[in-house]
Amino acid sequence: MSRRARLTLLWIGLAAFGVAMAIAFTGLPGFGGTFHPYRDLAVVATFAHATANGVSSINFDQRGFDTFGEETILFCAVVGVATLLRPVHRERRREVRSGGRVLESTSLLVYILFPLTLVLAADVVTHGAITPGGGFQGGVVLSTGIHLLYVGGRYTLLRRLRPLAWFEQGEALGVVLFGALGLAGAALGSALFANFVPQGQLSDFISAGTVPLFNIAVGMTVCSSVVILLAGFLDQALAIRSDPGTQGDPPDADSKEEAAA
Amino acid sequence: MSYYAYGVAAAVMALGLIGMATSRNLVHTVVCLSVAQSATYILLIAVGFQYGGVAPIFGNQVTQQTPVVDPVVQALTLTDIVVSAAVTSMLLALVIQMAKRRKAVDPDSLSGLEG
Repeated sequence: MSRRARLTLLWIGLAAFGVAMAIAFTGLPGFGGTFHPYRDLAVVATFAHATANGVSSINFDQRGFDTFGEETILFCAVVGVATLLRPVHRERRREVRSGGRVLESTSLLVYILFPLTLVLAADVVTHGAITPGGGFQGGVVLSTGIHLLYVGGRYTLLRRLRPLAWFEQGEALGVVLFGALGLAGAALGSALFANFVPQGQLSDFISAGTVPLFNIAVGMTVCSSVVILLAGFLDQALAIRSDPGTQGDPPDADSKEEAAA
Repeated sequence: MSYYAYGVAAAVMALGLIGMATSRNLVHTVVCLSVAQSATYILLIAVGFQYGGVAPIFGNQVTQQTPVVDPVVQALTLTDIVVSAAVTSMLLALVIQMAKRRKAVDPDSLSGLEG
């Protein structure tokens, strides 16, 4: 399709989109109103299980099975990226040296922030049921903290502190734990992903039943996923080089070699 | 003013779509897809907003009777963000493969099917 035809089609589509949205929005309850039927039901259910964080209660208690699906999406995406980013033939992995100059202020900041970020991540994950946060957010913070080492110019240190095999197993373990907790709900409670642990007092550290356990399982998966994803992309940028002799190959050389093999 | 926030969501979505259609670089296309997806976050959060509502974290000050903003759409937004991250990483990995195999990242020069 030519560029002009594509743009014409785009404007026709956008006009239709605008009309459809205008019709849809005028049918919605006004912005900021008091009519929130799902909110009312969710708040009652949140209090019934003594969970202080309403969002965590919905994610891990009221619709735990959905969140299991969400976690599986992330797991599958990581598997897909790992498959796409592995070194193909005629590529080799080279040793990365920690070269280059890093500002001393940057190094200092990394040394201060690295332990702080890890503690913050642990706090966000473990208090996911009673304060804002949870497994997803804490997992991302944790993996970001680990990658501060790379910002500080220490790729070799990052590689040593980040044994990828552990994270691959940690990711799988998180998903298995999540599923096992769901099955335990079916075995010991009323239904799949039921909250079968006594829920205790609202806002206590040990409260909300299974929600903190789900948070830890999700935190493991999310942290490991992000670490594996970034490891794949960093590898592509820093460590993987095509063999020097094959730069000028014609584009279809790949398929011929595959056919020969 | 009552529909202003919804209009912002629609505008961000339209910007993302325009960016994708006029893109000259696949990385730019993927980023535009992320922009379009962030319109859905705005819409979801706007739908759940209530004037005077506080965050749905309950405790001594916030009881069952306190008006809070809708936690259901906030949980959906969290799901949305996770899916967006998964899709973006997958697409960027595909772009890297595309750049390796075809030595091009301009969508206009990638019209032929391969297989």
